[in-house]
Amino acid sequence: MMGETVLIAEDIFRDYGCLHALNGINLRVEEGEFIAIIGPNGAGKSSLLKIFTSLLSPTKGTLQIFGTKGNDREDVQDRIGMLSHDTFLYDNLTARENLLFFGKLYGMEHAALAERCDYLIRKVGLWKRAEDPVKNFSRGMKQRLSFARAIIHDPSLLLLDEPYTGLDMNASSLMENLLMENPAVTKIMVTHDLDKAFRLCSRLLIMEAGNIVHDVAANDPNARNFAEAICSSSGGQFKC
Amino acid sequence: MLKGLNIAFKDLKIESRAREIFISMVVFSLLVLIIFSIAFSDLLSSASKTATVASGVLWICFIFAGTLGLNRTFATEVQNGCMDALKMCPIPRNSIYLSKVIFVFLLMLLVEIITIPMFSVLFNYQFTGIIWVGIVILLGSFGFVVVGCLISALVIRARAGEMLLPVLLLPLSLPVIIPAVSATSGLLRGEDIFSLMSYIRLLVVYDFVFFAVSMLVFEYVVED
Repeated sequence: MMGETVLIAEDIFRDYGCLHALNGINLRVEEGEFIAIIGPNGAGKSSLLKIFTSLLSPTKGTLQIFGTKGNDREDVQDRIGMLSHDTFLYDNLTARENLLFFGKLYGMEHAALAERCDYLIRKVGLWKRAEDPVKNFSRGMKQRLSFARAIIHDPSLLLLDEPYTGLDMNASSLMENLLMENPAVTKIMVTHDLDKAFRLCSRLLIMEAGNIVHDVAANDPNARNFAEAICSSSGGQFKC
Repeated sequence: MLKGLNIAFKDLKIESRAREIFISMVVFSLLVLIIFSIAFSDLLSSASKTATVASGVLWICFIFAGTLGLNRTFATEVQNGCMDALKMCPIPRNSIYLSKVIFVFLLMLLVEIITIPMFSVLFNYQFTGIIWVGIVILLGSFGFVVVGCLISALVIRARAGEMLLPVLLLPLSLPVIIPAVSATSGLLRGEDIFSLMSYIRLLVVYDFVFFAVSMLVFEYVVED
């Protein structure tokens, strides 16, 4: 399964004024890995994910994604998908219009995009609601559509920030199935849900105060102890 | 950059359904016209006196209606985190800015197309030299939108951003408002276009410089 190195982070720091959100993160992610980033609130999980998406620039350090560094990130953006607890959907557009809109921004050809939209709308179980405005959708339906939006361009790296927030059991289970469907896609998921992290992921990054304090395989006998100990701590960031 | 035009089409599609921004701009503009037509009712008998106040009345309508539009232009992007989704797409970030300029400029044009005939009716005024007046209004509106979209992006996530926008925008857009009002006023009073060329040149330069600068700095404005 392992092949190309998807992501190399070297000595990544991120400060918000006096607040040190990330304190020298070093990380290497290989193709096909499903990684969970866990830790208490304020550990720097979401900041790290935002740096991977290029929404945030590191204060210091270098990040290489698919062999491309820093300023040339536009070239690899079409290989990255992001699913967040924010839906990234326009309420006044229909489900299909949302997917078509983002597909066009990813430069997809019209025919291929229309076909992909149909496929994904069926896949996430929204075929009958495809022409309905998103504002009429439930939270679970929005999140399913949001998943379709995140993979509309068939990304090789999928970043997930608390993707299960606000989902009921059925929606949560459907989301799990969708996530596990394509093992070739590299996935990095920020979550507070330790059960899901252990069940779905192959590797856990346990963060505290802007550092990765444990980088362990999910089947490591000590992994759960590490995770529970850190996640039950009060967290917090270093201040100057 | 052309991919960014999809964002403008998307905004127009959303606005055609929600009609939140356009309706408020038109209603505001018409209310201002009605209030001024009542306040200046003594002037309505004289075309020359109406011409004196026409430029000010029209530009008050355009500028404040435009501010209403600018206040809402990035609101759809902030809702549900869509701005982040756009920033993650493989498009130059300034194409987001360009699309917003196109969107608000079109809205302003539509409002102006409605406002000018309404002014004519309410103030009993016959426009002369409408082509040059139109050109001045186009140049002035474009300059105003160019700066407005940048400021709007800047304040969108600020607390009380809607209050902040006019406070920052109006002083910054004075270099476009002053020549636009002066040139419109001159044209409506029947002055020769060549005597007003300095204003028009100023508008062209302002539009060009601020558009170029905004395209360059927008990426940093939307950076977290």
